[in-house]
Amino acid sequence: MNRPGLYVHVPFCRTKCPYCDFYSVTSLSLVPAWLDALQREVLIYRDRFGSFDSLYLGGGTPTILGSRELTRLMEVLFQDLSFSRDPEITIEANPDDITKEKTALLRDLGFNRISLGVQSLNEKELQFLQRRHSAKQAEEAIEIIQASGYTNLGIDLMYGLPGQDESVWMATLRRILVYNPAHISCYQMTISKGTPFYRMLKQGRIQATGEERERAFFLLTSAYLEENGYVHYEISNFAREEKTMSRHNIKYWRHVPYLGLGPSAHSFLKGLRWWNLRSVDGYCQALDCGRRPVEDRERLTEEQVWLESLFLGFRTREGVKRKLIEGSPNSGSTLREIRSAGLVTLHGDRIIPTREGFILADSLPLLFSH
Amino acid sequence: MRVTPRLITEKQCFQLIRRDPVDLLNQDTTNFGILLTICYVSKIKGIHRQRLNLTDMTQIRNFSIIAHIDHGKSTLADRLIQYTGLVSERDFRNQILDTMDLERERGITIKSQTVTLPYADRSGQEYDLNLIDTPGHVDFSYEVSRSLSSCEGVLLLVDASQGIQAQTLANLYMAMEHDLAIIPVINKIDLPSADVDRVKDEIENELGLDSDQIILCSAKEGTGIEAVFEAIVNRIPPPAGKEDNPLTALIFDAAYDLFRGVIISCRVFDGTLGPGDIIRLMSKGAAYRVEEVGCFCLNKEPRDRLSAGDVGYVIAGIKTVSDTRVGDTITLDGRPAPTALPGFQEAKPVVFSSIYPIASDDYHSLADALEKYKLNDAALTYEKDSSAALGQGFRCGFLGLLHLEIVQQRLEREYDQSFIMTVPSVQYRFTLEDGHCLSVDNPQYYPDPIVIRGSEEPFIQASILIPERYMGAVMKLCLDRRGENSRFTYPSTGRIEIRFDMPLAEVIVDFYDRLKTITQGYGSFDYDFIGYRESDLVKLDILVNGEKVDALSIIVHKDRARDWAVRACDRLKDEIPRHQFKIAIQGAIGGKIISRSTVSPFRKDVTAKCYGGDITRKRKLLEKQKKGKKRMKIVGSVMIPQKAFVAVLKSEDE
Ligand SMILES: Nc1nc2c(ncn2[C@@H]2O[C@H](COP(=O)(O)OP(=O)(O)OP(=O)(O)O)[C@@H](O)[C@H]2O)c(=O)[nH]1
Ligand code: SF4
Ligand SMILES: [Mg+2]
Repeated sequence: MNRPGLYVHVPFCRTKCPYCDFYSVTSLSLVPAWLDALQREVLIYRDRFGSFDSLYLGGGTPTILGSRELTRLMEVLFQDLSFSRDPEITIEANPDDITKEKTALLRDLGFNRISLGVQSLNEKELQFLQRRHSAKQAEEAIEIIQASGYTNLGIDLMYGLPGQDESVWMATLRRILVYNPAHISCYQMTISKGTPFYRMLKQGRIQATGEERERAFFLLTSAYLEENGYVHYEISNFAREEKTMSRHNIKYWRHVPYLGLGPSAHSFLKGLRWWNLRSVDGYCQALDCGRRPVEDRERLTEEQVWLESLFLGFRTREGVKRKLIEGSPNSGSTLREIRSAGLVTLHGDRIIPTREGFILADSLPLLFSH
Repeated sequence: MRVTPRLITEKQCFQLIRRDPVDLLNQDTTNFGILLTICYVSKIKGIHRQRLNLTDMTQIRNFSIIAHIDHGKSTLADRLIQYTGLVSERDFRNQILDTMDLERERGITIKSQTVTLPYADRSGQEYDLNLIDTPGHVDFSYEVSRSLSSCEGVLLLVDASQGIQAQTLANLYMAMEHDLAIIPVINKIDLPSADVDRVKDEIENELGLDSDQIILCSAKEGTGIEAVFEAIVNRIPPPAGKEDNPLTALIFDAAYDLFRGVIISCRVFDGTLGPGDIIRLMSKGAAYRVEEVGCFCLNKEPRDRLSAGDVGYVIAGIKTVSDTRVGDTITLDGRPAPTALPGFQEAKPVVFSSIYPIASDDYHSLADALEKYKLNDAALTYEKDSSAALGQGFRCGFLGLLHLEIVQQRLEREYDQSFIMTVPSVQYRFTLEDGHCLSVDNPQYYPDPIVIRGSEEPFIQASILIPERYMGAVMKLCLDRRGENSRFTYPSTGRIEIRFDMPLAEVIVDFYDRLKTITQGYGSFDYDFIGYRESDLVKLDILVNGEKVDALSIIVHKDRARDWAVRACDRLKDEIPRHQFKIAIQGAIGGKIISRSTVSPFRKDVTAKCYGGDITRKRKLLEKQKKGKKRMKIVGSVMIPQKAFVAVLKSEDE
């Protein structure tokens, strides 16, 4: 579990969704240059990380890549980087890209986990989100993937859309449960600065959901999925069983080393974190000139590692080691207070957030900081 | 012969030169050449004043201008300064001696200010007139009393339309105690509402001063200024004292300069001192070598020596602030005076409050700032204090509410301190079962109620002057504040003066602001102590989630406790940010809860995603919030922002 993870950012989408703040561009003509650059970047890190036990192809829309490009990408990665015997290999897929053939190709290339960006099974919502697929297409994609023998399917959903009715969200969830996917991610809609939705929000064309309703949605989602046997193991992530939790994503939350390749990707190794340029051009140019495409880096101080462990810990079912907070002033009374408020429970030497605790995970660390 | 360099203006140079040169030569041979050179140089360089040598002590006058607030002291000082040409038209501004930002913002004098005026009378006789402009507000009367100890006389100003007011009397008595020559001056005779005859009567009958002696002037229009000068020169005696006696110089004020150390303002009574002399500050016995002496001529003007009769400054590289004490005597190390000058009575504070640095690391910086500040405001008293909620701090005593406010703002502005100030308190008296008497100005030392046999609080006589139409509202305010025994007078048509006996405690928080608001700015308020009276006092505590916030405790009259408690709980509720859990805020007397409010918990505070890049971003956000938290005070597990402590003090309609 403490082996490093590898992330590859595929910064391309056919169109841009109005809520999205991931880095991606729509000019597909840049794909070859990006692949060339990526090949160079791989060489830089060839011996730095040891063997990876997870690979995550994210984006953007990785499934936008054709079979030749995908094949080349995997060759590049596997030729110069080393992997453990049985790595988790995930690709983020968009329903409109899923065909029997594509799925077979992914299989052949070694992908053993697919994370499918469904977002909603309500036609109106999909249009509002300007997704490129319909509800029907999404369900077909699920069926195709499952028919081809994939057991490790993750479905990404989004809730708390402006004006969304609880019943509509529940309908999507209920429908998804029919397929009994190994993993479900439910992201509460966040409207980030710089996105078209943000502008619409400022102009008053869409309404923010509001704390009370966001809270209700969150509790409802968690309760419903847990009743149906899922483990709510991180704020936005649910697994059908312990072993279908995302091995790759967990690394982010535990300060396990990870290497991120491609524009805007982040890496972490021995207290050092760095991140790549958020521009395909810049990324390619840097590598063309033999420079690392790094935008900036930071070395975490002990205190920063501590703060991160705290807030990352409170976001997962694993919680936080008690020892971690013992040095802070008033930790005893604060712990008592948040326990009696039902935000955490104690399990051996760990402080475990409850469902109610999850909703406040961002502010819990502050209580213990000094 | 005494050789004191003195300043004259260019204008005066020419005046002198226009006179018969022989006469000039007779007057002071050595000066003639210098004079011409000066005139020449100052013409070329545009220098307005240069040094001259003055001959003897009969040509010095030391005086203060004293009056009730706003009667025109600083404006009269302006005219006197301008008359002597100390400042060019270009550099002049109104109330030029009010140099502090706060003084200019508020239009009042806060600190006494000395200026040495070079004056030549009609006969050409030259003088050094050391003028001290004093504040009129009662809260700064300590400034006045110290200034008076440097003087032989005063100009007692009375506003021609207001007539004699509280501080006119108080300041006059102070001048009499110092045995000073008193020159009554009626100012603002230009005002349409001026009633010179009435005011003359008042001066004669109420002050017992001879009305023939009264000078009439308008500081604003500059009329009567020459008469003022003549009176200063003719009616105020020159300083006594001998230059060849051992040095005694009274420190009546000081300031701390980052580069030069302590700058002492002093009045030399006997002897003389100059650069190179080793002085001794008598109370601590510390010795220093004098670097520079001089006088205040709007700026500090170095001189060769300060001698008996002079008022000026001394710089001696004093970096140890505690060596200097206002009221101390300076003498010469080689030839010390046998006894120190009497010095000053300690200021007697009437309002008390504790201050705590916002970041506890800043305690030493605050201590340092207070020490330096106190040099420049001898009326402030302070001692160490500590609170469970706010950490280490200081208990400060002030001469009044305005004084408190000024200290607060000066510490913030001039010394860059940020601190929390607790609710002001008066000094209460308790008689205990065992017969002991206890004075308590800090709620922390409130005695166990079981052993209290009797309690008393200070009362004032409040006099409030308002247009008649506000009478109802003002009466209500005063009755709400436990005012009793009301009396009325009608000083002029349409105006009413209401007098009330009131507990001082009721006016020190938010009374004047309220009065101003309900009278739309037309109300004026004055008060005098009338002594202690029996009172039913309790200690009110504020609890946050069951824990006492000691810095918010107050001693208060039983009937007023609930109001205060409700208000404090409400204010705190608005200022304490939501937490992850419910926060109960309670007001309690002993174990009994008399008010409560609740801060409901957050409902949701979590971001959906946190992968690679989000971690750094999120951590940075947390780091920022953490910094904010540093500025909060923690009680139990509740974070209380500093502004919550401030809010408890705020007036009702802010
Ligand atoms: N009409 C008129 N107004 C005057 C005269 N002298 C002063 N004033 C005005 O009275 C107000 C107060 O004047 P100051 O000189 O600041 O009064 P002060 O006595 O120094 O006040 P404090 O130092 O605060 O006690 C100002 O608005 C002056 O312009 C005068 O002779 N005639
Ligand atoms: S497809 Fe995914 S990455 Fe691309 S714009 Fe939409 S949400 Fe963003
Ligand atoms: Mg003044």
